[in-house]
Amino acid sequence: MGIRRRSGGFVLSINPILCDGFGHCGELAPDLVHMDEWGYPIITTVPVPLSNLAALESARYAVRGCPRQALRIDRVADPS
Amino acid sequence: MIAPNTLPRVLHEASGRPLTLAQHEEAFATSTRSGSLLDELEASGLTGRGGAAFPTARKAKLIRDQRSHNKFMVVNAMEGEPSSHKDRTLLGANPHLVLDGAEYLASVIGAKNIAVCVSRDNPAAVNHLKRAIHERERRSLRGPKFELHTPPWRYVAGEESALVHWLDDNESLPQYRPLRPHILRIGHGPVLVDNAETCAHVGLIGRYGAEWFRSVGTDANPGSTLVSVSGAVERPTVVEVALGTPLRSILEAAGADANPQAVLLGGYGGTWFDGARVDAPYANATLQPLGATIGAGIIVVLPQNACGVVETQRIAKWMANESARQCGPCAFGLPAIAEDLWHLTQNARDNQAACQRLIERCGVIEGRGACRHPDGVVRLVRTALEVFASDIENHLRGAHCAASRSAQHYAAVPSLEREEELVWE
Repeated sequence: MGIRRRSGGFVLSINPILCDGFGHCGELAPDLVHMDEWGYPIITTVPVPLSNLAALESARYAVRGCPRQALRIDRVADPS
Repeated sequence: MIAPNTLPRVLHEASGRPLTLAQHEEAFATSTRSGSLLDELEASGLTGRGGAAFPTARKAKLIRDQRSHNKFMVVNAMEGEPSSHKDRTLLGANPHLVLDGAEYLASVIGAKNIAVCVSRDNPAAVNHLKRAIHERERRSLRGPKFELHTPPWRYVAGEESALVHWLDDNESLPQYRPLRPHILRIGHGPVLVDNAETCAHVGLIGRYGAEWFRSVGTDANPGSTLVSVSGAVERPTVVEVALGTPLRSILEAAGADANPQAVLLGGYGGTWFDGARVDAPYANATLQPLGATIGAGIIVVLPQNACGVVETQRIAKWMANESARQCGPCAFGLPAIAEDLWHLTQNARDNQAACQRLIERCGVIEGRGACRHPDGVVRLVRTALEVFASDIENHLRGAHCAASRSAQHYAAVPSLEREEELVWE
């Protein structure tokens, strides 16, 4: 995301096959991800507006910090 | 030619042994189709009979519009559900009808190869197909090439992405598909996967056309479907019924208990359906408002003297074991759900807490797997909590349920190979 766009939103999405429950995403993006009882992430499915820079920053940290590279940021056109 | 309003269609002339190619061509001789195949498919309103009920024409169109020289048509006759017998019955009656349908679909999408998949644990069906394919090759080598594939029998191996994964890479594991509709591929070639029964219906539509197909069934759900009835029946049967037939008359036709406590619709990832509502028409359009679907055409009949919680627990335990263990919520969550259900049936002191935990865990697990396997189990458990509310209350009070005296079980569940399989690390 080279150009900073203030409209639209994003969701953090996960490939559940790759995920092995390391738990780094829960540490790096605590307001987007919380853990279930087995240590696997439950990610909020509601799109977060891109203008929320702190959330976007933490989501990027979570994506880069995932040891299995299972996370991805998906753009959503219309934040609801 | 089958007359428009008569019913055994895909099971036409079914006897003990499958029809040979000559017999098949005699039985389904005249073609009365007028329009092009894809138009007829679209007009017929045929939906997939493998469980998801996706419109077949739309799926075929999606693959037809892909640019590739190496497309594949895959016939899915894996039949992972233990209580489903429709595909093996179909292959034991009219294997050439299935292959005809596969050829029609292959010509629509432009595929040169057709892979027919049956599980290797079903040797009768494998033999019927081997013989049928051999007969066709002796007749002529023109047209698409048939290949028979025999993946191992597992519940998730029949899931379409797992099946394509097997054909591509010899691993029967579901794939991650973030975007829907997702086009499955073998190598680079797009793949059209259709259930064996769907192919048989396509074979009939290719001969007789859409109008003939719509002469049976309702407007919203035209055509007929195969239903495997098991549970409280004299013997497990497969009947072909028009969509929209009342559920009770299907049960009567199969020789089942016509006044059941509940029926399991759609398979082991399906829904429990209250026996009091058994007069509902058997079609997706009418069952969906009641919270059920016909799924893969499976009905398990549960009589009045059975305990729904125990049956659900047995099914959930088996389904937990059949998880491919790829996704954490499925690999850990399903055994946890099965454990909670077991606590619920044991009349232990903590079963109040187990019931609460069960409801919470259902909410946590749902929608977090790569395939729909965990969602199916959650749906089963949730509908069980609704339909068998009185049974659950009995168990929570520590009273004996109706089934505790007769230790008879109704849902067919294969025995686990090892009990400790459930523990996974």
